[in-house]
Amino acid sequence: MGAAERRTRNSHTHEYAWTHFLVFTGTHFLANEYRVQAPGDEIASYPVCPSQPVGRPVDLTHLNTMLRRPLLTVSAQPRRFVGVLMSRFGTRDASTLVVAEHSESKGTLSPSTLCTITAAGQLQNPVTVLVAGGKGVNAVAQQAAQVPGVSKVLVAEHAAYEKGIAENLSQAVVATHKAGDYSHILAPSSMRSKNYVPRVAALLDSQPITDVIAIKDQATFVRPMYAGNAIATVTTSEPLKILTVRTTAFEKAPSTGGSAATEVAPAVAKPEAGLSAFLSESVSQSARPELSSARVVISGGRGLKTKEHFQMLEALADKLKGAVGASRAAVDEFHMPNELQVGQTGKVVAPDLYLAVGISGAIQHLSGMKDSKVIVAINKDKEAPIFQVADYGLVADLFQAVPELTDKV
Amino acid sequence: HSTTTSTMRILVGVKRVIDYAVKVRVAADKKGVELNNVKHSMNPFCEIAVEEAVRLKEKKFATEIVAVSVGTKQAQETLRTALAMGVDRGIHVETALRADQELQPLAVAKMLAKLVDKEKAGLVILGKQSIDGDNAQTAPMLAALLGWPQATFAAGVEPVDENKALKVERETDTGSEVLKVNLPAVLSTDLRLNTPRYATIPNIMKAKKKPMELLSPEKLGVDVTPKTSVISVAEPGKRKAGIMVESVDELLDKLKNEAKYRGYD
Repeated sequence: MGAAERRTRNSHTHEYAWTHFLVFTGTHFLANEYRVQAPGDEIASYPVCPSQPVGRPVDLTHLNTMLRRPLLTVSAQPRRFVGVLMSRFGTRDASTLVVAEHSESKGTLSPSTLCTITAAGQLQNPVTVLVAGGKGVNAVAQQAAQVPGVSKVLVAEHAAYEKGIAENLSQAVVATHKAGDYSHILAPSSMRSKNYVPRVAALLDSQPITDVIAIKDQATFVRPMYAGNAIATVTTSEPLKILTVRTTAFEKAPSTGGSAATEVAPAVAKPEAGLSAFLSESVSQSARPELSSARVVISGGRGLKTKEHFQMLEALADKLKGAVGASRAAVDEFHMPNELQVGQTGKVVAPDLYLAVGISGAIQHLSGMKDSKVIVAINKDKEAPIFQVADYGLVADLFQAVPELTDKV
Repeated sequence: HSTTTSTMRILVGVKRVIDYAVKVRVAADKKGVELNNVKHSMNPFCEIAVEEAVRLKEKKFATEIVAVSVGTKQAQETLRTALAMGVDRGIHVETALRADQELQPLAVAKMLAKLVDKEKAGLVILGKQSIDGDNAQTAPMLAALLGWPQATFAAGVEPVDENKALKVERETDTGSEVLKVNLPAVLSTDLRLNTPRYATIPNIMKAKKKPMELLSPEKLGVDVTPKTSVISVAEPGKRKAGIMVESVDELLDKLKNEAKYRGYD
């Protein structure tokens, strides 16, 4: 890019650069100096606060790479930017709020929360966990306080939060953020969080990033698009970064070893928003492990032909101590429960062993299971796309192969 | 059926996306997926939203359905499809931004909120997610901006309390639940809600004569500057080629000896 073009971009590039400066440096805003380098220029250093001695340097050179266009030197008007810095961001500490998910019936912190705490740790800010729910939420908070890396646990106990009603729960998160001024809010990616997190984000006027699979730095994240067929690295200019975390992409944090302080969360004037009412629920009862965190998943598709034939898979799942999943075709055609659906619009799983039985392997299904460690496919059609992702493929009639496998395993 | 003479206007959001059956390719510059010369169609969840709105009108719950699409000029094709399915009129908010990554849910929700006010809509139905960005954000954001209740991932919708509320069955992580949401409200559709109808040829012809209003983000007073920018897009990691086994015994042998499967607790 030539000098002339650089000059024409001067005015708006400054603005852009500063937004990103905040993003990239996080806690470094407490430093007393910043450095800016335009391509081909010397690194220019400026004190953030002119009356203070120069402290830890902040290097912005990598910003050029991130922006993919030259960052202009600010040497023309350094003071002006100092003013912007000090007034807007000068005193802000970066800190992360994790909104916990937990099992209400069992009173336990969910494994997905442990994965989210691991992701939060990668941001290298202090981590506060918010546990909101009805009765029994204190027991969950005690578990959250035991997780290493958590510095504080906030408890919001109210019947209005019990069923994850978005209108109510979002108020608890917004009030907590307003009191704590967090730089990041994280939640595990799930149907529950997809319900309330965007509501929180709109109330706080911040564009969130969903299904984060990797954290590059405080403002740069990796996420799948197009059913996982495109992996995008995105950077956000939002001062408040709201993320949901694809939990299969992060290891679970240990559940013991920490000792965080537990406090009552900031109060909400009227937790029951009165906009909607919970009437009833139908929760699937299964003694098998939960689908998203199971180490073995056996899934059936259209090839099973009827709902009754899923009993074959259940018998094998019981023997392997696995969970049973389903393709969308099975959910639609045999009225299998939707919470078993694996895929782009269902659950994303990444077990040690995924066994696909009678599943052709449509793009939408592969998106929910292709990060499994070992994939086995049993299908009578040797052209089925599932064989292209399977580590071990068996072309066979599933009605013979599955019972045989169950006997011999 | 209802004998009330009051009007109930439903706003439906529809998005034009790359067809669900297309295997997308990352563009040569690695800044996005290739959009040119690729089959596009209405986002599958939006089709379900249109179908549900039309059914609610057929049940005399609603008196008018307005479909909105934000996007490039070609978004009008998607609106015509909605009109052919039974929507009464369309609003096209034209923008040159890429609909999969530059046009972002918060900006779309802000535009929809303006249109809800303008059209005095009492119910908004959107898809639960678009299959390009896979964000699943717009519906709850719109509900938040309007201060309305929301029922996302709807699998069943039934008007109750003399059409002053909806009973909605929602899909959840562990099964399903039933909520009652007071109107006005925002719904988002799950795949199980209904099976969208095909537009018939006469209806496609009729749709060509239905009104379509052209607007822009500027006219609506909404700043659509992207808040997140894509630095790069990559193909997902390829799995190493697998092998075909001849029998269940060979499969078990490979699992035990190659994949070191020992059974898990």
